[in-house]
Amino acid sequence: MNIQTINKWTNSFNQFLSKYGKYLLLIGICLLFVMPFLPIATFLVMRISVLVMIYSTLALALNILTGYTGLVSIGHVMFFGFGAYTSALLVTKLNINFFIAFFIAILLSALLGVLASLPTLRLGGAYLSIATLGFAEVFKIILINWKNITNGVMGVKNIPRPEIFGLTLTPENKGLYFLILIIMLVSSIICYLIINSKIGRAFRSIKEDELAATLMGINTTYYKTLAFSVSAGITGAVGAYYAHFMRYIDPNTFTIDTSILILSMVILGGLGTMRGMYLGAFILVLLPQISRWLESYRFVIYGLILILIMEFRPQGLLGWEPKSPYRFPKGVKTNENETV
Amino acid sequence: MPLLDVKNISINFGGLIAVNQATFHVDQNEIVSIIGPNGAGKTTIFNILTGLYSINEGEVYFNGENYINKKKPQEIVEMGISRTFQTIRLFKNMRVIENVLVGTHIHSNYGFMDTLFRTRRFHDEEKKSTEQAIRILDEVGLTHRMHSLAKNLPYGEQRKLEIARAIATDSKLLLLDEPAAGMNNTESTELLEFIRQLKQKNFTILLIEHDMKVVMNISDRIYVFDHGKRIADGIPSEVSNNPDVITAYLGESQDNAENN
Repeated sequence: MNIQTINKWTNSFNQFLSKYGKYLLLIGICLLFVMPFLPIATFLVMRISVLVMIYSTLALALNILTGYTGLVSIGHVMFFGFGAYTSALLVTKLNINFFIAFFIAILLSALLGVLASLPTLRLGGAYLSIATLGFAEVFKIILINWKNITNGVMGVKNIPRPEIFGLTLTPENKGLYFLILIIMLVSSIICYLIINSKIGRAFRSIKEDELAATLMGINTTYYKTLAFSVSAGITGAVGAYYAHFMRYIDPNTFTIDTSILILSMVILGGLGTMRGMYLGAFILVLLPQISRWLESYRFVIYGLILILIMEFRPQGLLGWEPKSPYRFPKGVKTNENETV
Repeated sequence: MPLLDVKNISINFGGLIAVNQATFHVDQNEIVSIIGPNGAGKTTIFNILTGLYSINEGEVYFNGENYINKKKPQEIVEMGISRTFQTIRLFKNMRVIENVLVGTHIHSNYGFMDTLFRTRRFHDEEKKSTEQAIRILDEVGLTHRMHSLAKNLPYGEQRKLEIARAIATDSKLLLLDEPAAGMNNTESTELLEFIRQLKQKNFTILLIEHDMKVVMNISDRIYVFDHGKRIADGIPSEVSNNPDVITAYLGESQDNAENN
């Protein structure tokens, strides 16, 4: 068992995936909708599924910022916590319906994303990452000290289940499961739409060579801010869900450990690919479940995985050079004999 | 009126005067070359023209408008000046066609909402950009590479791709920074022909180049720079026989005039 063998296996797996990926996707989505009604859906399986979907969406969001635009944020838990607190407080203190609180949380998280991008605009590389970390720490300190609003270290408790159109979503009626499934699917669609557009190309050009992008007329400031904003908005949405899923949140729920965990999922799955996000989340959520030992050392393992992947397979498990031709927009005529 | 009119621009970095009162112009549909030994300030001039540096003195007129120190690099691209780089700066992990599509970015008129909701405008603009990109790739002879990643292209084709990307911005003036660098004889002959065709298609080109075969055969006029100052100019035959030019390149005590 050496690195070459592992690479060979993953390469054949990747060939398989790139051919049959679309069918697998359709089957996968159908399975996800049907799963709660199958005998396999024990309480544990449901809970793990929800966690995998939560983290898949978080990974997708971070990927927009880090994988596509190349801005490595290690303070991302900030938006997760902000979304959670916003929704939790709006519902518990102001009695606002979850549905409305949810969308307010998304909007405000997106705005926070714009704010968080400002100190990073002239920074690059490690400096940018550290700036995002600093911002996240400031956020946590505000959570702890602004006791009037956030209850400080006591946190927010008794967060009610989401209520949509009069129906309360619970684990029992599978409502919570379907809610996060829908959030994940909608987020995936949004990411896909953005990536396959000039916005996506602008993001990627900034990651590849920001100077060249500038000299192609791209307003890099605008697109960096947009990347932050979209990433933060989606993360905040998941945060809002999380608050009503866990029913209790406090400042310690949202630590740098989670930021690193999400980043590990992104890198393990494949920076800059959407498909890798689900796999990365799946593996890193499941891993601690396998043994108690793994569970207690899980953060050591996450860090180890990060290092190993960057050293031996930086493109991630599902990262590979595109094997199919570029998909042209509808109605575009080409006459070509091309080779990939 | 010249398309590009550069008057007395100077820039210094700390104590070093990189460009010293440089004056030159480029007329519509001309190919003008800037040559000179390394360190002469040629790429610095390009960086000034594209808005990366601000100058201490002088003016630069593009279509009669003095834009220097007033426009951001992106605005200068929109105005009509685009460039390639001495060291190739392609988007290596993006496809050939995607690189050219990025070039079309500024003329693609749709925004975030159009993208999310896949509006009519989104589809029309994407179709327009893509067809333009395909056309440009066909003109430069890279159609067979359309789907490849830019980093997988051979060197000569990467250079062509960079030029294709610059063309995609719909610019009126192309600044080519050492396009023949690293090319062998065959490749530079091809490049020569390629630039000639660009001129036939009504492009205006300002060229920095060291390869004398290219420079002497393609240029309408040549400016020679050394240590930031213009030391000679004229048509190719004048410049190649100019003793100051020979001295600048080869140093003192040269007996024969080198004719490439």
